[in-house]
Amino acid sequence: MTKQRKAVALISGGLDSLLAAKVMLEQGVHVEGINFYTGFCVEGHTHAIRKKSKDKVKRNNALWSAEQLGIKLHIVDVIDEYKDVLINPKHGYGANMNPCLDCKGFMVKKALQWIEENDFDFIVTGEVIGQRPMSQRKDTMPVIARESGANDLLLRPLCAKFLPETKPEKEGWVDREKLYEFSGRTRKPQMALAKEFGFVDYAQPAGGCCFLTDKSYSDRLVDLWKARDDNRNYEMDDIMMLKVGRHIRPKSHFKLIIGREDGENKFMSGYKKQFTHLHATSCVGPLVLIDGEVNKEDIQLAAQITARFSKGRTEPSVTIEVTDKHGVSNLLEVAPLKAHEIPEAWQV
Amino acid sequence: MSFHTLDARRLLCPMPVIRTQNKIKSLQAGDILEVSCTDPGVIQDIPAWCRINGHTCLGHEMVDDQIIIKIEVGQD
Repeated sequence: MTKQRKAVALISGGLDSLLAAKVMLEQGVHVEGINFYTGFCVEGHTHAIRKKSKDKVKRNNALWSAEQLGIKLHIVDVIDEYKDVLINPKHGYGANMNPCLDCKGFMVKKALQWIEENDFDFIVTGEVIGQRPMSQRKDTMPVIARESGANDLLLRPLCAKFLPETKPEKEGWVDREKLYEFSGRTRKPQMALAKEFGFVDYAQPAGGCCFLTDKSYSDRLVDLWKARDDNRNYEMDDIMMLKVGRHIRPKSHFKLIIGREDGENKFMSGYKKQFTHLHATSCVGPLVLIDGEVNKEDIQLAAQITARFSKGRTEPSVTIEVTDKHGVSNLLEVAPLKAHEIPEAWQV
Repeated sequence: MSFHTLDARRLLCPMPVIRTQNKIKSLQAGDILEVSCTDPGVIQDIPAWCRINGHTCLGHEMVDDQIIIKIEVGQD
């Protein structure tokens, strides 16, 4: 009896990886999914924070994909290891702070380690030539295979016919004729295949599944590093806080993180012990965290900005409670800043 | 069969799922794991993870601001 071969499929939660794994299942391969959590994944966090998502089901699309496929999913925390990928990308960044080529190489390398430890035969990804401007090009896809060390153990079923034969094809573990030749940014062939497989509900996040492809998120990250004298190291809390609130940097040594709605205020309240924080007591207003070391004058300015974003913005004065990291509170009576007194250059 | 707990409070998904997955690796089939969480996303994600990985989610309850999820560990 022929041995059933085993593949691990990188599952992002998007359509391509769902289809790639399904193509392998259709060929009788045993497939399990792997999902790497870098800390920058769009999945999860913001769904949990912002109230506007309340009407949507807060599902994790990678888990959902695995359930549709009827396969196991292994979620791997790579937050610490990923720092080097982001801080020192050998191939540089894409349009924003997205080190896509290094990132994909890193993930395939981690998948290679995983198959070696778990006695699997090869790796499957949902990559499509021309789908992404950096990591999914005909000239960069071999770079991923080579630099990850996966070489011909890396199979991309959706565009395999454009690529050299891999070991699973050469050895007859999979039938190359039943693989695909998708290319470019169009999603039509994938949507047609999804229909063929009976998938009607799938995630198609615009711009991918990573916050680093987002311009405003990347700008905040660069601002954070700049404010720390270009020390690019970061903690999980740092990257979380970049996803939340309105960020205003009135001076180079501190910025304010201002909750935009109840969900964010509630989430940010979990960080009160780590930041000096402010809120209006004479009217309704957001929770504001101060990131940076501040003096009396800075706190006065922060209070005026806090008042500006409160319901009392048109009042002559607003009472602001300021609480330091030790829990010591003070009340300040301040005049809210006028809109024109908050220059655009302060917005991060 | 033994009873275990896991504190996943203040973590946002998928971290509670990852912590649950890693904890369960050290447990035996039939063991019960109770996970304390604060992210409401776990109400979807932990049962989904259990379903695809062969464990049984016995349900969840709200205690103050916390979500307590009970899992029976399945065969690997």
